[in-house]
Amino acid sequence: MPQTLEACAPPLHPMAPRMTPVTRFIRESEEVFTFDLAPERAMPFAPGQFNMLYAFGVGEIPISISGDSKAPERLTHTIRAVGPVSAALGRLKAGDRIGLRGPFGAGWPIDAYRGFDVLLIAGGIGLAPLRPVIYWLLRHRAAYGRVGVLYGARAPDDLIFRGELDEWRRTPDFQLRVAVERAGPEWMGDVGYVTPLLSKLRFDPADTVAMICGPEVMIRATALTLEDAGVADSRIFVSMERNMKCAIGHCGHCQFGPLFICKDGPVHSYDRLRNLLACREL
Amino acid sequence: MKDLADLLRHHPFAEGLDEDTLALVAGCAKNVVLQPGDYLLREGAAADSFYLVRHGAVALETFVPARGPFTFLTVKTGEIVGADWLIPPYRSSFDARAVELTRAIAFDGKCLRGKCEADPRVGYEMMKRFIPPLVKRLQSARMQALGMYDAANA
Repeated sequence: MPQTLEACAPPLHPMAPRMTPVTRFIRESEEVFTFDLAPERAMPFAPGQFNMLYAFGVGEIPISISGDSKAPERLTHTIRAVGPVSAALGRLKAGDRIGLRGPFGAGWPIDAYRGFDVLLIAGGIGLAPLRPVIYWLLRHRAAYGRVGVLYGARAPDDLIFRGELDEWRRTPDFQLRVAVERAGPEWMGDVGYVTPLLSKLRFDPADTVAMICGPEVMIRATALTLEDAGVADSRIFVSMERNMKCAIGHCGHCQFGPLFICKDGPVHSYDRLRNLLACREL
Repeated sequence: MKDLADLLRHHPFAEGLDEDTLALVAGCAKNVVLQPGDYLLREGAAADSFYLVRHGAVALETFVPARGPFTFLTVKTGEIVGADWLIPPYRSSFDARAVELTRAIAFDGKCLRGKCEADPRVGYEMMKRFIPPLVKRLQSARMQALGMYDAANA
């Protein structure tokens, strides 16, 4: 009798992928897709943590969890197809199975900043790792001050989570500004670079925590703008991306100066990263 | 009814302007109301004016053959539309179109240039107000030109 793949997998080892079925697949835009995984057991995670997803026969990549941490029995990931593994994941359909390891890394410290104003700044697919924070904030709205979300994308067709963007826009006491870099005349929203829109949000810099996820060049510019506005660098958090392999700080592929992005991050405070981000050799 | 100097005084552009200068530049201004779809500037046309948006939103566009108009920046309440009036040949380099009901203060560029030439102090005050937003827009344009979202996969 042939042995099943499940029987081959060593249980509960952080390097051993668990066979996990895809239960739902959504196309967000031409290049971006979202799918839900149903792990055998609920996998509690913190907003900002990531999983390693293994497309069999192709490879494994780190992907932040984009779903609600309140529902750990369903793991949602939103991915942009940019390489062979992400392209293979983009060909999945409900019922297919992939290898899953995780959750890994340090998430957004949202629970530690109750009482603060919260700014979330996302660029491109960077909205996906911040979406669990938005779910958290909406669930614990009374525990926080003013909440503002800035989201930048290339063009209107590249926007992800469009239904939820509309919902969030209608949510009272929730500031959302979406900017695209270029648009046709049918687009009624902001056009331009996303960071200058910070000046349109209401927040008290002395009591604000900011979380940024997007391209590194955007992270640098946004962190400086936040500092100029008076937000302390120790209260600016960024999610970093590097080439991760093991996800547990053993292999060194994601080493960033003294830090391992997989183990010490992916979320770091900007005061720890500032000098490293300025170092081109890293 | 508010006079133009009063309207101008409440716009961020006029912050720090002394009353004499305020009155002087207000002499080149008029209050305008634009309906959605109205054009403030047309690409290639004489850049005779610029606008301070008091309330509303204006799309800065360029026309791409076979694709239509493309918006590359939206300018909103408290911001400036148009800088080509400052430099020869005083020709607008883009279209500017109101995308919602927009109230603005429109300036006659030729009139204001004359006052700047006649009194360099006024000219310097104008430069101090135009250069910062232009530099910020240049920085933003550089970020947009990088196409940074193209390769990102957080």
